[in-house]
Amino acid sequence: MNRLLPILTVLAAIVAIWYAATVMMNRTWVYDQAARADTSVSFAQMVPLTMDQERPVLPAPHQVMTELVKSTLGTAPTSKRSLVYHGWITLSATALGFVIGTALGCLLAIGIVYNRAMDMSVLPWAIASQMVPIIALAPMLTVIMNTFGATPLVTKAVISAYLSFFPVVVGMVKGLRSPDTMQLDLLHTYAATGPQAFFKLRLPASMPFFFASAKVGIAASLVGAIVAELNQPAGLGARLLQGSYYGQTVQIWATLFLCAILAALAVMVIAAVERGTLTRMGMAR
Amino acid sequence: MIWVLVALGVWAGGWWINARLAASPLSRTRGGRIAVPVIFGVTVLILWEGLVRGLEVNPVILPSPSAVAARFGDSLPILWGDFVQTALKGALSGYAIGCAAAFLTAIAVDRSPFLQRGLLPVGNFVAALPIVGTAPIMVMWYGFDWHSKAAVVVLMVFFPVLVNTVAGLKASEAMQRDLMATWSASYWQSLFKLRLPAAMPFVFNGLKIASTLALIGALVAEFFGSPTEGMGFRINASIGQLALDMIWAEITVAAIAGSVFYGAVALIEKRVTFWHPSQRS
Repeated sequence: MNRLLPILTVLAAIVAIWYAATVMMNRTWVYDQAARADTSVSFAQMVPLTMDQERPVLPAPHQVMTELVKSTLGTAPTSKRSLVYHGWITLSATALGFVIGTALGCLLAIGIVYNRAMDMSVLPWAIASQMVPIIALAPMLTVIMNTFGATPLVTKAVISAYLSFFPVVVGMVKGLRSPDTMQLDLLHTYAATGPQAFFKLRLPASMPFFFASAKVGIAASLVGAIVAELNQPAGLGARLLQGSYYGQTVQIWATLFLCAILAALAVMVIAAVERGTLTRMGMAR
Repeated sequence: MIWVLVALGVWAGGWWINARLAASPLSRTRGGRIAVPVIFGVTVLILWEGLVRGLEVNPVILPSPSAVAARFGDSLPILWGDFVQTALKGALSGYAIGCAAAFLTAIAVDRSPFLQRGLLPVGNFVAALPIVGTAPIMVMWYGFDWHSKAAVVVLMVFFPVLVNTVAGLKASEAMQRDLMATWSASYWQSLFKLRLPAAMPFVFNGLKIASTLALIGALVAEFFGSPTEGMGFRINASIGQLALDMIWAEITVAAIAGSVFYGAVALIEKRVTFWHPSQRS
């Protein structure tokens, strides 16, 4: 309770500010409508009218929730109006891309840790790539992949993969290097072979770093999939763009909330795996 | 075919030099540490050029680096205009507003541990969300010009900076705070003379994360609607014209802008937090 109460207070404050902003931003439309009909509305009449407009400037929280529930639970998952349909398309691309990107990232990290030439030539570029908006490559990759006849799923997965790739490389290199000289020397005195040292010391020691960068990586993967979908017919990104073309603000907000929920779920899944793994390994804090 | 062979030869030669450099005592000098990645980068470019020429890759799929460089040189005024529109007007103004707002918010909630306990988890949570998705809404509210891009950037940089600053304000040790108390320092005196300087490594960590996010936000927001100028607009428009050399030129600009931006923040950090162990080595 001691930890929950402040969080709930902050959330309640956000909702309150949102409602206030809804009234502030939507009232122009109400007053315009009244002026056109040659009637006048009092403040008490105006407030409810700002809450259920069809295309509000800012939809009220309950409108967004209603739309979210309607388009996830109230619509058949196979329908193109269903957010479950679009969400699944995005999520599958994100997951596939994340798995590919993480696997390749771990492989490169192992190469960097064991090969000094690779370390000195590749690692600076991997670190530098994190300051560069590599997401700018996404639309171009889409075009290239299309000319090769790749399916939308593969195209998006490739973009998701390279966005999650670099954080994992950098994190895993740090993790695989985290055992100190004393520990490596100890294994040496046990006459441990290279693979033994890797599987019994370096790999277990790298796990906390792996999960930390996996959380960054999956969030980046999701952003990559969403941005890659801007040029695609279906998916949450496509839904956002369609909403912005047709001025469907409630639809945009509902899609946005689903993006947020998916991101939160993905990070929570990784956090749960992390807790389970680290507890089994006796590393949980 | 000769191009491919030359390119592969250069690649193998570059790798051999790097392997020798990495094994030699030179690898511990500053020059060696810079030379190895530079050689690697140059050989990648030569390999790319050779493969594109030798295999006669269609420029609609992958233009050669020389074609990109030529396009870059030809369209400097366009690229500069796009850079000003996206990086300076969109990203930089949003970055300044967002970071200042986050910094002031962190100081405002500093006196209330209750608000901090509420804001920190919420801020950490929001920092992991795909905030880029708010771009269509901001474009609707603030129009196609750079104001909407700046608004997206403000939202994107706010929470990472807020969370880091709040964490930083807790970084001073109890002993140090007690010392300030024994000198009967007021809240503001101890804030400005002890806790803010101690918070700076954390603040700059947030600012560095935000510098990357700012450019991403401004670029992606342009995919949702922009004036006929800007890096995101140019990338999207060039896809329609299959002008991939232009896209690569814009990506080069984005890479340079991102590195310079990050480098500038890192340089200021070095000046401000000269006392921190990580800067003194």
